[in-house]
Amino acid sequence: MNVRLGPYSVRLAPRALLAGVALLLAGCLVAVAAISTGEFTVPVPDIITALFGQGTPVAELIVSKLRAPRVVTGLLVGAAFGMSGAIFQSLTRNPLGSPDFIGFTAGASTGGIIAVVAGGSAMTIAGGALAGCVITAALVYALAFRGGVQGYRLVLVGIGANALLLAVNSYLLTRANINDAATAGAWLTGSLSGRGWDHAIPVAIALAVLVPVCLYVARPMRMIEMGDDAAKAMGIRVEPVRAVAIAAGVLLSGVATAAAGPVIFVALAAPQLARRLTRSPGVTIGASALMGAVLLTGADLAAQRLLAPTQLPVGVLTAAIGGTYLALLLRKDRH
Amino acid sequence: MRPAVTMVETAEGPEEPAKGPVWARPAVLATGLVVALAALVLMAMASVALGARSVPFATVIDAFLAPDGSNDHTVIRELRVPRTLLGLGVGATLGLAGALMQSLTRNPLADPGLLGINEGAALGVTLALGVFGLSDPAVYVWFAFGGAALASVMVYSLASAGRSGSSPVRLTLAGVALGMVATAIASAILRMDSQTFDRMRFWLTGSLAGQTADTLVRLAPFMVAGLVLGLLLARPLNTLALGDDAGKALGVAVGRTRALTGVAVTLLCGAATAAAGPLWFVGLIVPHAVRALVGPDQRWVLPYSAVAAPVLLLGADVVGRLIARPGEVQVGIVWAVIGAPIFIVLARRKRVAAL
Repeated sequence: MNVRLGPYSVRLAPRALLAGVALLLAGCLVAVAAISTGEFTVPVPDIITALFGQGTPVAELIVSKLRAPRVVTGLLVGAAFGMSGAIFQSLTRNPLGSPDFIGFTAGASTGGIIAVVAGGSAMTIAGGALAGCVITAALVYALAFRGGVQGYRLVLVGIGANALLLAVNSYLLTRANINDAATAGAWLTGSLSGRGWDHAIPVAIALAVLVPVCLYVARPMRMIEMGDDAAKAMGIRVEPVRAVAIAAGVLLSGVATAAAGPVIFVALAAPQLARRLTRSPGVTIGASALMGAVLLTGADLAAQRLLAPTQLPVGVLTAAIGGTYLALLLRKDRH
Repeated sequence: MRPAVTMVETAEGPEEPAKGPVWARPAVLATGLVVALAALVLMAMASVALGARSVPFATVIDAFLAPDGSNDHTVIRELRVPRTLLGLGVGATLGLAGALMQSLTRNPLADPGLLGINEGAALGVTLALGVFGLSDPAVYVWFAFGGAALASVMVYSLASAGRSGSSPVRLTLAGVALGMVATAIASAILRMDSQTFDRMRFWLTGSLAGQTADTLVRLAPFMVAGLVLGLLLARPLNTLALGDDAGKALGVAVGRTRALTGVAVTLLCGAATAAAGPLWFVGLIVPHAVRALVGPDQRWVLPYSAVAAPVLLLGADVVGRLIARPGEVQVGIVWAVIGAPIFIVLARRKRVAAL
């Protein structure tokens, strides 16, 4: 279905729209549930009054200082991971091509651990994670470059970098003193607990810049999925598009990791789950972002409530998501 | 069921073997194997002598011939010797496992760690120790076998799912994904049980330290069984390298050879992982180097890999002990730091699929 508006036209797929709306609703539901339930229940109407500064002091503290920033961070971080995963799965043309496996997340972890050992504050750790991710990606890109970056070479070089960095991470952890090791270990599982507005706002700014970039390269990337030559024949400048897409994907996963720690498997699972829901032929950025947001906040909610009062790190839950996802891939493609 | 590996159709027929270069003649290769064995003995002696507290060779020999219960002798007999033997066993098993996997899958990037098989075995061991509270290595090794077998089946199914069939890159990516999931689940289990976590933290990064002689004795039969079975498969694997149809025509039971290779890989990887944790790259790099040296004949590649891998593994272990004295760096970390760059160089080559 094409909608034309002057010189612009938008192609609309009803199924994708429906899925998008459903995901948005699911996201809202999870967000409301996460804010309202818990040790101290805040009834839904009170959430709104509290957010506008009209509620009781207790409700206000719990809603706008504790739960809302956590939920918002979760939504934004999940969306960033989802988009990053979509970009890399499209580039590598493989449903397993996720930043988690090709070294970027491990690089972010290395940066974060170094910042912890150097005695950094929460902000330094976030900066270290972002720097680690970007440096790793630059190195992987440079090593994989041979007159252009083929998806498969990016994957293989990334896997090598991943192995190296995981080893470096465990080395750093064993050499760190016990307090630093505990701090770094907690950060490494990935967690949304204790996230405030100062975590959410940088992610929001990064998304505001990067989402337009992603949407801009989404179309040419669809062409590149058909092969470099085919894309070139259709007038796509393959290497620049790919470089921009990689940069956007790396920054997204770097910013997300900086805010929530290396939460793995969201970037892996979100794009394909979204693709199945929207029944689109390839991974799509928008649906992946929504799916990522729902997955991460849902996992975080489950992590808080499943074994309450024990709080699980959200990384444990997303690991379960990753396992389920692999099983799904096995089942779905077996015919 | 369709075969896990798509066939590479090439025009190769059985080659004339006789007129190879000088170094490829059986006598030369046999001599080379003896030299490699000698290197292994030397490396084992170095591994016994060197460490946080290095001991002169004379004392090492005394410790065997006339133990007097002194500190040095106790360290050697109780710690260094079991550790060295463990390194020997783990190295030989992983080297052979890697060579078998590369031959079976025709994938030059196949490695027990990279393809998630060691991680699957590690998850099995974690379940056995952390959840079921088993502590006998001869019992929990069966969980390692289960994990390794399940992981191999899953990796091949994942990689050959979809239309394009299996390729080295797909297989590697599927393995890494599976390995990460298995590791994440294993660490989640460990995090809930701090006692087991303390005991298994170093094991989970791959380490030869901290295992007793008893563990070795309990695991040795499985390692030996895997080694014998693996080495016996050299001839049918050689024939299968010509392709399934040619192999069948030459009288090889294709399905049975594949299945037996799978059993051997499971035995080797499961036992090695139960002993030393999930190690990466040992099974990748050694067979590569060996093939460059002795050519494609599995009857030489397999034994050379089984001998050369422990030389390098023990070497890495000694390095790990020496660079961080008085502490040590786990051998898994040393191997990853050495192995990852080599893997990247291999991956950058044009014809990754060439085997």
